[in-house]
Amino acid sequence: MIFLLYLSSGLFLGWSLGANDAANVFGTAVSTKMLKFRFAAIIASIFVILGSVISGAGASETLGSLGAVNRIAGAFVVVLAAAVTVYGMTRIGLPVSTSQAIVGAIIGWNLFAGLSTDLNILVKIVGSWIASLFLAAVFAYLIYQLVVRLNLVLKIHIFRLDAYTRLGLIIVGAFGAYSLGANNIANVMGVFVAISPFQDIVVGSVTISGTQQLFLLGGMAIAVGIYTYSYRVMMTVGKNVFKLTPQTALIVVLAESLVLFLFASRGLHDFLVGHNLPAFPLVPVSSSQLIIGAVIGVGIAKRAGNIKYRMLGRIGIGWIVTPIISLLICYLSLFVLQNVFAREVVAKNTFSRQISTESVTDSNILNNVISM
Amino acid sequence: MLFKETKLLEKQMDNFLDILSESALIFLDGVSRYFKKETEDFNSSLEKVEVLENRADNLRRDIENRLYTETLIPESRGDVLGLLENMDKLVNGAKHTLKEFSIENPYIPEEFHAEFLTLANTVQKGVEEMVQAARRFLSDPLSVKANLHKVYHYEEEADRVAEKIKRIVFSSDLELAQKNHIRHFIINIDSLADKAEDVADRLSIYTIKRSI
Repeated sequence: MIFLLYLSSGLFLGWSLGANDAANVFGTAVSTKMLKFRFAAIIASIFVILGSVISGAGASETLGSLGAVNRIAGAFVVVLAAAVTVYGMTRIGLPVSTSQAIVGAIIGWNLFAGLSTDLNILVKIVGSWIASLFLAAVFAYLIYQLVVRLNLVLKIHIFRLDAYTRLGLIIVGAFGAYSLGANNIANVMGVFVAISPFQDIVVGSVTISGTQQLFLLGGMAIAVGIYTYSYRVMMTVGKNVFKLTPQTALIVVLAESLVLFLFASRGLHDFLVGHNLPAFPLVPVSSSQLIIGAVIGVGIAKRAGNIKYRMLGRIGIGWIVTPIISLLICYLSLFVLQNVFAREVVAKNTFSRQISTESVTDSNILNNVISM
Repeated sequence: MLFKETKLLEKQMDNFLDILSESALIFLDGVSRYFKKETEDFNSSLEKVEVLENRADNLRRDIENRLYTETLIPESRGDVLGLLENMDKLVNGAKHTLKEFSIENPYIPEEFHAEFLTLANTVQKGVEEMVQAARRFLSDPLSVKANLHKVYHYEEEADRVAEKIKRIVFSSDLELAQKNHIRHFIINIDSLADKAEDVADRLSIYTIKRSI
């Protein structure tokens, strides 16, 4: 019961993620009335939960390597700090990412606990944010070129094209929701994994691990966010922020979903590593920023003269400002919770254990980095 | 379900464009039969155009209803509806002009017949090119331009012929009332080419909007 109470910050962050980021997958489809909101919400909810439970572990392990939060009160504060940062920055209109907020908060916890943050992993994470943005632009550019050529060759009737686009928006939207759940559940529930009290449940030949149960709860919180609040965000995103045609939206969402999937799929990661190919690190990335990257990619392909490259600058500022704000909020909140409310936010033996197992921990992290 | 609806709409749009094309041909026949004083055949042309106009109206309403109730092509719905309504005006115009020939039975001296037929023929060609442009717009928007410039060409040609007839008519010895009466019919026939040009202008903009 106490665990669920502390988990509330994660559920709140999950709700916020569902409310905001579902719009990146279904925003244009709903705002242009290509799909009805209720239908889009059902698809998004089912697939975001599936993605969280089936493929959410990879990115979560990476966050765990960055900072293994070892007390439930500490995890509560870390996630709450990220949630408050996201809420505050959204209110003042700055581009913000849950992934960047949670990373800042974890580093804040590390600082408070007196633990060092592995710079290799941090560089890997930040590198992934930058790479993901450019990858989304490249994917969108290539898919756009492909679609333009297909349109020229196939000469599809406007009504049939409309039907295909609707079908595409459903399929790509489902894939996008799955990838969003797989990639971003780490932000919502990642820090609770190490201290989760959930035990494995075996139903016949199927085992549902404690982590999967935790991710199921997080996925459900995201689904609630989608149902309760995402409609308004979808209408805003679809009509004001990114006014796209349904076909362009399909391209942009596909590019975004592919990138989210690349940075979340353990199967793909293992396949590439198994074939001695460079693999994508399993890192939570920002779906909102991927959309911006993809829109810019389409803009370049269209040779549009009105691309707002300043937006990239704002994202860059967000990469620095978001983690710092989140770090500060987390550090201060941990201080208050420990010294005012007398809650244990860091395990007492963390520092001594760190000294005695430092070499082991480093080699573990190094292994993680190499395998990524 | 969605694809079934789509197929039906494609068929309806095709039928609508067929009606438009057929109306222009029957209009040309009607004008020609009027000058040949083939009254029965002329009346038959008028009846055919009336039937086609009625069918075009019903088809247009049905397509509009389907587009709205099924919320199809939300991005281009307004454009397609605007296109349908403007193309419908062409069928109405053809019917209206033939009906006026039937009601007013204008006296047009034989020396003007050839120029009148040239005008009607040019108008029919312009409408046909416009129909082709509309067909292409629906499935291959980038190729629309090839037809649009022909629509503009025939519209200019129709204006030129109409002006030529007016000059000849007004320099003739006819009564002023007769001259004005003939002018009324020249304007009516020429206005069909203007209507085709209006549709072409819309198609030109819609084509840019349809490129993804």
